[in-house]
Amino acid sequence: MRLESQATDTPRYRESGDGGLLVELGDRIDWTLNARTRRLALLLERRALPGVVEIVPAYCSFLILFEPETLDLERLKAEIDDLFPGLDDSGEKEPEASGQVVEIPVCYGGDFGPDLASVAQHNGLSPEEVIRIHSSGTYPVYMLGFAPGFPYLGGLDERIATPRLDTPRSHVPAGSVGIAGSQTGIYPLASPGGWRLIGRTPLTLFDSTAEDPVPYYRPGDSLRFVAVSQEEFNRLLRERDHG
Amino acid sequence: MDSTFLVLEPGSFTTVQDAGRRGYQKLGVPLSGAADEYAFRVANLLAGNRPNAAVLEMTVVGCTLATLKPAWVAVTGAEAEVKKNSAKKTTWSGFAVEPGDVLRMDKVRKGCRLYLGVSGGIDVPEVMASRSTSAQAGFGGYKGRALRKGDFLSTGGQSRSAQVHSEVPREFVPELSSKMVLRCLPGPQAEFFHSRGEELFASEYRVTTQADKRGIRLEGPPLEHASDSPGGVLSEPSLPGNIQVPGDGSPIVLLREQTVGGYAKVATVITSDLWRLGQAAPGDRIRFRAVDRETAASLRVEMLRRLEELERRLQEE
Repeated sequence: MRLESQATDTPRYRESGDGGLLVELGDRIDWTLNARTRRLALLLERRALPGVVEIVPAYCSFLILFEPETLDLERLKAEIDDLFPGLDDSGEKEPEASGQVVEIPVCYGGDFGPDLASVAQHNGLSPEEVIRIHSSGTYPVYMLGFAPGFPYLGGLDERIATPRLDTPRSHVPAGSVGIAGSQTGIYPLASPGGWRLIGRTPLTLFDSTAEDPVPYYRPGDSLRFVAVSQEEFNRLLRERDHG
Repeated sequence: MDSTFLVLEPGSFTTVQDAGRRGYQKLGVPLSGAADEYAFRVANLLAGNRPNAAVLEMTVVGCTLATLKPAWVAVTGAEAEVKKNSAKKTTWSGFAVEPGDVLRMDKVRKGCRLYLGVSGGIDVPEVMASRSTSAQAGFGGYKGRALRKGDFLSTGGQSRSAQVHSEVPREFVPELSSKMVLRCLPGPQAEFFHSRGEELFASEYRVTTQADKRGIRLEGPPLEHASDSPGGVLSEPSLPGNIQVPGDGSPIVLLREQTVGGYAKVATVITSDLWRLGQAAPGDRIRFRAVDRETAASLRVEMLRRLEELERRLQEE
């Protein structure tokens, strides 16, 4: 049985254990579909149904975490079915307008980009061309996940797509900007990882010490990477650390 | 000195945990928290704490602590030898420790994780409203990491009443076994698998050494994806108990440090059996059994009632 390759006419429900419900609006990476998904999740969140613990949006689906003894699953589905037809009328005609363009300063290459040369070589480009291509793109933020503040970005130019490292690094420094296959992204916090690292940002992208952390970007925003010099990187880092 | 304990030996992986960090999964922040929620709740009951007070969660080899201030402690979870100085203490019981006492929790005999509840709870700063450690993310609990030799632990602020308890009636202590049956609801992507994943319920799996708070990798008959299955899924949010199956067919049961996954999920362990996953050790045998939503619901109600009943019985002590 295949999933439809078009957006569905009604949401598709899949139970994820006795405490989770996955709501699917489609099965592909699509900015309009993603905006509808986020919109529906937000509207449902506002209904504040008793027993709903959290709603976690993804590319074209969202997971509802709930307390089984409090929540009425049939009522939940009915509420979603109720909200679904009105989605397109709820002001979401221009998905690009729903978010902001967020600039991320990146110091490319050198110690910050140990894999810049291999990305260049893999694609038959010079490192400077890789930097130019990477920093001229606009990257929509579809969702956050995998690690705190980690953005799932679209829009990577196929000319610089490069497979992951065969052997992941045990430590990727926080702020690292990398490429893995057809994806580009940033590691907000240090972690192991197999991405090809091409640069680093001095920004704090996720502050776990804040009582209610607000990530630097949200799903619906678009990122632009702006090349900065080592001096500018150092200046921004000093600015960040001294408030 | 404001501390209650000094860590003499940290054990193999000891972290501060409470019930978990809820409400931040959409930012990529994992749930974390005690993997055996039942043992966690009982440890706090014995120590006179609020249900969500922070405890120490120990993995396979427990820690050794020197007592600096009087406290009431309880060790629950796996079967292990617990010693106060040279005296043997039983698990699932509460007892006093005085300055100078050495509390030693050694290698686990059955099960996987031990929980130390202390009167007042382990006092560490809250991060996103929780004292749980995500060692993977590097925040929460004790400085975002496992305990080390020489660490000092403070306690307090999380008591519910002055009343602590010493005994848990035998019928409230779970039987641990190296063979377990985990009940599941099918899906969310059962139909991605050959015969809708029925083979999962017909096989016995072995817990490999690739087991931690992210998930447990199992070894056993590989689960075949259906011939027309897309294979993976677009990254979607996951939850504890999801059984995801990569292309090699070896299931991975997710625990509490994962937020999204791109592998198809054949079935999901029900919430009232999740505590068993917290006690699964390498070498253990696991079978899965399919149940329906009504059964899952009644098992859950039963579990919650059991805890309420235990609380009542302890208060009558």
